[in-house]
Amino acid sequence: MTDNSKSNLMHIGVLVVLFALFFILPVYHAGNMSRIMVLAVYAMGFNLLFGYTGLLSLGHAMFFAAGMYGFGLTTNLGGLPVPLAFGFGVICAGVLALVVGFLALRTIGVAFMIVTLMFAQTAYLVVLYFGTYTRGDEGFVIQQAQRSIAGIDLTSETGRYFTALLIFGICFLLIARLVQTPFGKTLVAIRENEERTRMLGYDSHRHKLKILVISGLFSGVAGATYALLFGYVGATFATVQYSIFPLVWVLLGGAGTTIGPLIGVFFMFYLINISSGFTDAYMLVVGVVLVLLTLFAPHGLAGLLRKKVLTWLP
Amino acid sequence: MSNGTSKTSKISRRSALLGMGAGAGALAAAGVLPGTMGFAQAQSSAPIKIGFQKHATGIGAAYGRWYGATTDAAVKRINDAGGINGRPVEVVVEDDGTDPGRGAEVLEKFANQHNCDVAFGTLFSHVVIGSAPRAGELKLPYFVVSEGHHVASGMLNRYTLQPGITDVKSQVISMAPFVANNLGKKVTMIYPDFAFGHDHRDFFSEAIAAQGGEVVAKIAIPPTETSFTRYFPSIPRETEVIYHVMVGPAVLTFVKELGEFFGPNRPELFGFIDSLEAVDIKSSGLEFLEGTYFWEGMPRYAQADQADYEKDYRAAVGVDENGASIADSKDVATYAHMFGCWETLNIIKAGMESADYQGPQDRAKLIEAVEAMTDMPAGADHPQGAKRFNGKTHQTFGSQYISKVTDGKLVVEHTASIEDGLYEDEVDYTAQSF
Repeated sequence: MTDNSKSNLMHIGVLVVLFALFFILPVYHAGNMSRIMVLAVYAMGFNLLFGYTGLLSLGHAMFFAAGMYGFGLTTNLGGLPVPLAFGFGVICAGVLALVVGFLALRTIGVAFMIVTLMFAQTAYLVVLYFGTYTRGDEGFVIQQAQRSIAGIDLTSETGRYFTALLIFGICFLLIARLVQTPFGKTLVAIRENEERTRMLGYDSHRHKLKILVISGLFSGVAGATYALLFGYVGATFATVQYSIFPLVWVLLGGAGTTIGPLIGVFFMFYLINISSGFTDAYMLVVGVVLVLLTLFAPHGLAGLLRKKVLTWLP
Repeated sequence: MSNGTSKTSKISRRSALLGMGAGAGALAAAGVLPGTMGFAQAQSSAPIKIGFQKHATGIGAAYGRWYGATTDAAVKRINDAGGINGRPVEVVVEDDGTDPGRGAEVLEKFANQHNCDVAFGTLFSHVVIGSAPRAGELKLPYFVVSEGHHVASGMLNRYTLQPGITDVKSQVISMAPFVANNLGKKVTMIYPDFAFGHDHRDFFSEAIAAQGGEVVAKIAIPPTETSFTRYFPSIPRETEVIYHVMVGPAVLTFVKELGEFFGPNRPELFGFIDSLEAVDIKSSGLEFLEGTYFWEGMPRYAQADQADYEKDYRAAVGVDENGASIADSKDVATYAHMFGCWETLNIIKAGMESADYQGPQDRAKLIEAVEAMTDMPAGADHPQGAKRFNGKTHQTFGSQYISKVTDGKLVVEHTASIEDGLYEDEVDYTAQSF
């Protein structure tokens, strides 16, 4: 079996397992998996930029929030049907990524991190500034009645889980394909040695701008899906904390792997969930685990697997 | 995981795996899917489980700690008196990190893992608003202690109620008559430029106009601001009263700089104690507040005419006459808000007893029982004062206190009546189905 076949099998297998989990897991954990899949889409979008291209953004929450507010505001205020509002949210994230990318990609390294962080802070303040519409820090609710498509209630456990799975599955397979294309390979080349990639004739700036927009689009999909499935839109999701989360998830799960973001979100979610049952200082527990993982598995859990066992892991 | 949930999930798994070949049709078989699972049956001898969504970490931690202490004291009192319907009460605490995303996760944990009967205790509005949609979907009665207007505004759902603490709209409009009649009619408002501040701006502007006064300037302070002096020249000379609701760690700087700006010739000052909850009024830099007025949900300092039931409440929650912890006089309580936990728990008890609550299958009956409540007399169950609950809007109304800083203590000058804080209904939750 070729590496490509193994990769295809692994991606399909993950989706089959996620499908089956709904029937196997108790209701509480099935609900958690819905949330994990949505957040994993966000992490996968971030991973394209950070894990595959080597660009560390500290402002990705603005794209997540753009998708969330683009969807939420057009549903609540504009009365748009869910599919149109969802599409609008995703486009908002893509356009924002294009504008930010156009400016921020003039910088590299630490400067890029700071510029993206500043853009995200601006986006957060914009949400507060237009509080009349966004309800600022409090946010607003998308009513249960508004959250259905073609008569399918997305607020039921079943509707929520399979919508999350559908969106996760599409994004997961798209990204799996993307990283195998010449474009995806060029991104890795840019990550490894941008100067050499340019010398070989590739327009690295154009590639970086493209992947930033694609990354923003995936983040926007996650933000719009979160609002759709959990019924809340709020400025908290535009704060720096939600820019740091995908970084931690991807580092934990394995940067530059397609499965890593899902593993990272799953691991982090349950680490917080379980440790918070024992102590209020659960973030300290999380911190210690992160330090240990960084020391003993610097490429994340999937990276460790790729190094030790599954060398074909994409 | 409770036995009930584990048992039903095993059945579900087998049923579902057998039926998977049938394809999408199986998905519609609601009875076998996790989303429709719940308790197999009520266990009448089992404790009543109340999920306490606590701000143990994050920006609300100071409130969370005192909300926790109040909750413990209230539950002890309820259990000492025989529990609810003869069953003991057990509080299941989960930290929401004062984060709306985590808040919603915590509600899922209460409903589907801990099998709580109700959830309760949330203060910060964004956590309430982020969590309430899930409460409605999980059909979990969610008793918030937030003072936000979100419940009565109609934004939330039938499963979310606020019976133990008044909302900001009621608080603000009940202050306007006192301000206009005693402090002045030309008001400059200084408020944080986010939803909490905007609520004050909008509700008070309308209320003071109804009293023949006017807001002569509205000064919004960005939430990231750490120094305020540059905003003070915007205060018009004609200002008779400054209405301030700054919150957060920068409030000490705000007061200090305000004092430096005005010196002894200041206009009257009226503020909300939210600015100084858990902060010692005698802290260095706050001397400027001497002689100024504050809204208090419940008087921090024991007043000369303190009722016995209030004295008992104060002792039960471990707060001394100065509003600080009995164990540590430097640990100032969030006294103006935390009574809401005590009163809400007593209302949950009254509601469950009225509905003859046996288990989660009676959640709708519990909500209907609470919706049927109206006047609640002041007393041991309601030490803050009498309440009037509006079952349609799921919001309670009650007395409000205006205190003056006198010799470094807050002394009650005026008590606004329940009627002062009433306003037109904006929603009828009872018209929503369960």
